[in-house]
Amino acid sequence: MQRRTLLKSAAAALIAAGVLAGGAQAQETIKIGASAPKTGPLAGGAAMTHWPNVQMWVNEINARGGLDVGGTKMKVELVEYDDQTSAETAIQNIQRLATVDKVDFIVAPYSTGLNIATAPMIAQHGYPHIATTAATDGVTEFVQRWPNSFWMLGTAKQLAEGAVQTIAKLRDAGEIGSRVALVHVADAFGLELVAAAKPALEAAKLEIVYEASYPLGTQDVAPIIAAAKAANPDAFIGFSYPGDTFALTEQAQIQNLEVGAFYVGVGTAFPPFAGRFGAAAEGILGIGGINIDDPKIKDYTDRHKASAGQGPDYWASAMTYAGLQVLEQAIEKAGTKDRAAVIEAIKTGTFDTVMGTITFDNNVNPKVWTVGQWRDGVFRGVAADGIEGAVDPVKKQGW
Amino acid sequence: MTHIVVTGILLSGTYALIALGLTLQYGVARIMNLANGETLVAGCFVAFWLYTAFAINPIAGLLVIAPAAFAFNWAIYVVALRPLVRRARNRGQLEVDSILATFGLLFLLQGLMLLGFGGEYFSYAFLAERFVIFGSGYGLNRVVAFAAAVVIAAGLYLFLYRTRQGTAVRAVAADPNSASLVAIDVSRTAALAFALGGALTACGGALLSTFYTFNASMGVIFTMKALIIVIMGGVGDVRGAVLAALALGIAETAVASLIDPGLTLAATYGLFILVLLFRPQGIFGRQTA
Amino acid sequence: MSAVSAGEIRVGLAGAVVVALAACLPLVDQGFYLSISVNIVLYAALCTAWTLFSGPTHYVSLATAAFFGVGTYSVALWIDQLPFPALVAGGALAGAALAGVVGVATLRLSGVYFVIFTLGLAELVRQIVTWAQAKFTTRVGLYVFTDFTEKHIYWMLLALAVAVFLAGWLINRSRLGFAMRIIGNDETVARHVGIDTARAKILLFMVSGAFIAIAGAISAPRYGYIQPPSAFNPMISFLVVIMALLGGTSRLWGPLVGVVPFVIAMDLISARFPNHMPIVMGLAFLAIVYLLPHGVTGRLEQVWTRLRNRRALAVGAERTA
Repeated sequence: MQRRTLLKSAAAALIAAGVLAGGAQAQETIKIGASAPKTGPLAGGAAMTHWPNVQMWVNEINARGGLDVGGTKMKVELVEYDDQTSAETAIQNIQRLATVDKVDFIVAPYSTGLNIATAPMIAQHGYPHIATTAATDGVTEFVQRWPNSFWMLGTAKQLAEGAVQTIAKLRDAGEIGSRVALVHVADAFGLELVAAAKPALEAAKLEIVYEASYPLGTQDVAPIIAAAKAANPDAFIGFSYPGDTFALTEQAQIQNLEVGAFYVGVGTAFPPFAGRFGAAAEGILGIGGINIDDPKIKDYTDRHKASAGQGPDYWASAMTYAGLQVLEQAIEKAGTKDRAAVIEAIKTGTFDTVMGTITFDNNVNPKVWTVGQWRDGVFRGVAADGIEGAVDPVKKQGW
Repeated sequence: MTHIVVTGILLSGTYALIALGLTLQYGVARIMNLANGETLVAGCFVAFWLYTAFAINPIAGLLVIAPAAFAFNWAIYVVALRPLVRRARNRGQLEVDSILATFGLLFLLQGLMLLGFGGEYFSYAFLAERFVIFGSGYGLNRVVAFAAAVVIAAGLYLFLYRTRQGTAVRAVAADPNSASLVAIDVSRTAALAFALGGALTACGGALLSTFYTFNASMGVIFTMKALIIVIMGGVGDVRGAVLAALALGIAETAVASLIDPGLTLAATYGLFILVLLFRPQGIFGRQTA
Repeated sequence: MSAVSAGEIRVGLAGAVVVALAACLPLVDQGFYLSISVNIVLYAALCTAWTLFSGPTHYVSLATAAFFGVGTYSVALWIDQLPFPALVAGGALAGAALAGVVGVATLRLSGVYFVIFTLGLAELVRQIVTWAQAKFTTRVGLYVFTDFTEKHIYWMLLALAVAVFLAGWLINRSRLGFAMRIIGNDETVARHVGIDTARAKILLFMVSGAFIAIAGAISAPRYGYIQPPSAFNPMISFLVVIMALLGGTSRLWGPLVGVVPFVIAMDLISARFPNHMPIVMGLAFLAIVYLLPHGVTGRLEQVWTRLRNRRALAVGAERTA
């Protein structure tokens, strides 16, 4: 509550300062629209990963005087809507942003489903669509269908294979055996990952000794961990969402699931995960990861803490911010608010972001972190595609 | 096998508290409270806040949470719901009105919590230790929450079956018209039951928060669970609600362990629909007509 | 069947003019106003279809999401194999079949049991669909890519809304509608005069379910990406009930009176107060319950009767004077 009010007054003060500085002459602004969940089942994830970055980005740009569009400094005016985690509302919000608010650019929504649901509408109005929170295997098809769309978070295949390879690496080093328990949440995300993980497990000669799915929103996972434990696995893979990620970890700790590799999904990379499990988090593998030693990331983390009052998550947060940086730099490069020109600039340009240098290969960002591991209180990337800086995974030593 | 039963029983403790809250509100006060889950989440948040800001342990926190929730729900009943009761010409009318009104209340409360705490996930570590029963490990927080739920439910039982006030509550649940004939203040008793129901639900929330990851928008899930248990146990039937909670907890765990975790919720609803079809008065209810 | 009265012809003509005007909307605006109109027409069709059954019987059904989702999935599952109209028809049949099964099963339930049963049913269907997809396919999300744009969906939904209205009007004129009115007033009486109450109710529920499923089928291409949580979203069920009750369910056109202001108000609220949306919506709800207990149509009729009485009084007073 307090930090929100503070943030608001800070923003108000900034705006007031801007108004005073601008004096009588009206400054030209650039209107940016954003629609993402503020309520509904995905509100928790969006409040962690999406909204703080949007706020921070807008405040930072305005604090330094605005975007340089063809020689004119333009302040950013943010128009934000809640899509209530509903595709219907999300589509309508995009329509409203495009035709009523007539915004110049749109920040991509949050989550795979909402990004795909709104993609046709964003394409229809010719906006660049830089998806930073969608992990799906459909990207090649989407790019053909919507040439204005850019996909930054990698594919389900990359993420799943990263997880499998990390475990195979530990096995090859003789740290663990090859028996794997595989569980996943029964929604699009979990299924795509599991579908990609199974052939990869087979190729790596890892044996699936237990497999189960559970409905979205399940937190009573004691039976799942008990059954997994009974199968006596050497490694545990859970493609899970924040609530179940916490629950699976807690049950594994309580039932003392003895595995050398424990991997869980979304939420592992959230700072509260380490806060909640403390020393027990040590060695836990999870989806995502960043290069924590990179000075850019360090700087970004500090700024995020100052702006939102909490640190970013160690996965999609930095990517969301990087996506906004891509948009920002493309607009400045194109030197115009013309959307087609900006899309072209994104396609062909090279961007200097918190995630390093980004260039799009056929509208897809090939450089993604796939697996991270909690080590001494930070979540370090241990597997990545096309990025340097991954450290070797280590075996998890008890709970 | 014992693992399934013990896990199921531990799970049913909090289910029972939430369902008891709703069964009092619906069975006695005749208010189908769709905002019940929001009361639960409010309980989670207050417990979280007491624990993180003042280091008050959630079990002790119940001493604050229960009276606060009681007062708050009493106020809601008197201010918002009593006018509907007075206005309604029949039970059907009241049902429609109270569904609409509490649906509005659901949004209002959820909005206030979003404003206060934001939409993020919350969880804290309280007694997250291993506790061994019959050779298998369980979360100590779950065991403690279950024990607390048993104590609270026993207290409620004593109140309902051993005191004058409690007897009045049961009389109103059975038949408000006859209750008023024997000089029971029906309106006041209904307010009491509604407030008591709210307090129980909030306690359920506080206990739940010790082992659950929660956020401001998850109340609806628990309202649904509570509804199912209340209907299965028979509306207004306190013992039925406890037994139905137990049955549901064990059934869910058994399906998750023996059949497929993916079918847990489907099993819940399937069981519920079967009960509705074949014993609409509740598993343990007596045939009325 | 009685002849169509002059009044009905007038209403029919007025309706045709309104529909014709509404159909021209995409020619004027392809943007936001079209988008919100799609929602209005969608909910107009859903609420009116819901009222076909729930209006006369007073059964509050929360199974709308189940029928809607069945329609959506009928399209999503076979969009690559079959033509769209066939899928819509299939969706209608599936919706009717589900409604038939539910109808047979829930005959003995009344009041709040029916409400909760239908809510549970929608959730059960959603869980089973999710589980089946997780178990037997590799993805839960289904893509529906068609060449339809907003305006095509708008026209289809508008046509559906007209069809629902026509069906409602025909039912009201038929023996079935007559039977339903008697059942709604007093079921025991209805049974005594030899009406097969069960059959009548089930038939009506099936008609209502089929229409809702068609609405779901038409909406599928709009979403593009179909997942159980969005196709079987319980919010749809709640919103339909609220809008219909807001409008009033005693007249065929009652729900429409609720849908138009509600969709517009929801939109204004979410645009003006993106961070306080639930609070404002909650307050709006409470206001409806306390200020408009019989829906907008109920209030209108009240005002109308009062005016007429006053006029009658005034005329009477003149006569005596």
